[in-house]
Amino acid sequence: MNNESVKKILLPLLVFLFIIGVWSGIASTVEDFPTPSDTYIAAFGGINADGDEIIGVLTDPFYIENQDDKGLFWQIMESLKRVFAGFFIAILVGVPVGLLIGMSKNAYNAFNPFIQILKPVSPLAWLPLLLFIFQDINMTAISTIFITSIWPIIINTSLGVKSVNEDYMNVAKVLQFSPLEKITKIILPVSVPYIFTGMRLSLGIAWLVIVAAEMLTGGIGIGFWIWDEYNNLNYHNIIIGIIVVGLIGYILDLIMGMIADYFDYTKKGRA
Amino acid sequence: MSKKFLSLKNIQKRFPIPGKDDYIAVTDVNLEIKKNEIISIIGHSGCGKSTLLNIISGLDAQSDGDILLENKHVLGPGPERAVVFQNHSLLPWLSVYKNIELAVKKVMPELDATELELRVNKFIEMVNLEHARDKLPDEISGGMKQRVGIARALSIQPKVLLMDEPFGALDSLTRANLQEHLMRIQQKVENTVVIITHDIDEAVLLSDRVIMMTNGPEATIGEILEVNLQRPRNRVELQHDPEYIRCRESILSFLYEKFAKEDE
Repeated sequence: MNNESVKKILLPLLVFLFIIGVWSGIASTVEDFPTPSDTYIAAFGGINADGDEIIGVLTDPFYIENQDDKGLFWQIMESLKRVFAGFFIAILVGVPVGLLIGMSKNAYNAFNPFIQILKPVSPLAWLPLLLFIFQDINMTAISTIFITSIWPIIINTSLGVKSVNEDYMNVAKVLQFSPLEKITKIILPVSVPYIFTGMRLSLGIAWLVIVAAEMLTGGIGIGFWIWDEYNNLNYHNIIIGIIVVGLIGYILDLIMGMIADYFDYTKKGRA
Repeated sequence: MSKKFLSLKNIQKRFPIPGKDDYIAVTDVNLEIKKNEIISIIGHSGCGKSTLLNIISGLDAQSDGDILLENKHVLGPGPERAVVFQNHSLLPWLSVYKNIELAVKKVMPELDATELELRVNKFIEMVNLEHARDKLPDEISGGMKQRVGIARALSIQPKVLLMDEPFGALDSLTRANLQEHLMRIQQKVENTVVIITHDIDEAVLLSDRVIMMTNGPEATIGEILEVNLQRPRNRVELQHDPEYIRCRESILSFLYEKFAKEDE
């Protein structure tokens, strides 16, 4: 192993030890705050501080006790279903709107002020309104994700359209492409990398939103699970929840990144 | 041959300037281009030669005057006036083959799959790019890209081939190589070609006539030079040919004596 790869393993390990140190410090000052070892046992099982043998939440994530008591895996699946439902609707609406805004100055002028105003609105502000409209946990969570994650898709798609080189359009004009051919053969291929960047940002937002949304809507899902564990005084599970949410968000981003690279012509053929 | 092919009549191009009189870039351009003739339009930068080409291609509209191709008014761009752009304008996400195929497919929708493939391959071979057939534009050299641009333009069987400083962005050796390619292809396919250039040797070597533009604003055709050289032409032998030398000197004197540009 060369020096660089040793550093790549050693340096994060040092930071990890530092985090464990700070965590232990907090645990010794804040009453009832779970220590790193408590949390480890809660996650992977073993003998806890009270001397009881317990099964970790990560060792048995697939259990189904009843409708309201399911393992972590099922909580995550519920959350992912909602995230992807909202995310896909955001793509279905966001890409055409982005194309329109990118191609038409009038559409841009018409929509842009509202995009700029609605974009920074927190999902928590939308939630009560949407809950009032739908009176349904799933619909509320999905529509909240839709309305907060659509903006980067719209904005990036329109940026992609605007990045279409004048020369490509001249080629399209000489060949007398129809408007539809201009979109499918020139504008979309140029915009695809931008659209995927937007989708990647959007999926990140969707995953951020779901935890907050589920805390307020309740029922099932990783966000509700974390809130429920707070109410059950299982503070170590909150920490496990945070780590799991972080890991899944990271994996989602990696996958989106790989899909984006696959469709990005500028990253092809340069092996 | 005697029939009128491509006519420019009283072409003028104005650009509006807010609060002032219009800027007249090009004016009073009258030109008859014969079928299968190769003409160059040469002039200093800013003489409106690219504007003129854009007007012929239809990518830009003239403010006044008419363009007729085979007695039909030219209104807007179309594949019968194919353009080879200065910066090649290949679509970077498509391979060499796909770039040409895109054009042929659109202009000749009646071709079946086999005919289409045959035609695309024929034009790839014409510019000797069989080995780069499946490469993306970013993977091939600037000269090769421009050859693809020429192949793409010729593949749609245009009546006129318009070239906007086609070799301007290339080094002089690649440039010479491409000029040879173009002359060789021209021997085979016989096209009407309009080339915008600022290179005197290129203009003389390639053209039957050289159109010399005066400086803008209000640029117009200053002189027209007939190049009476046999084809195929050989650039090395031509260096000592009296006609070649006469043509060169005539353009030189036009550009650097009669219409010299001081501010460059």
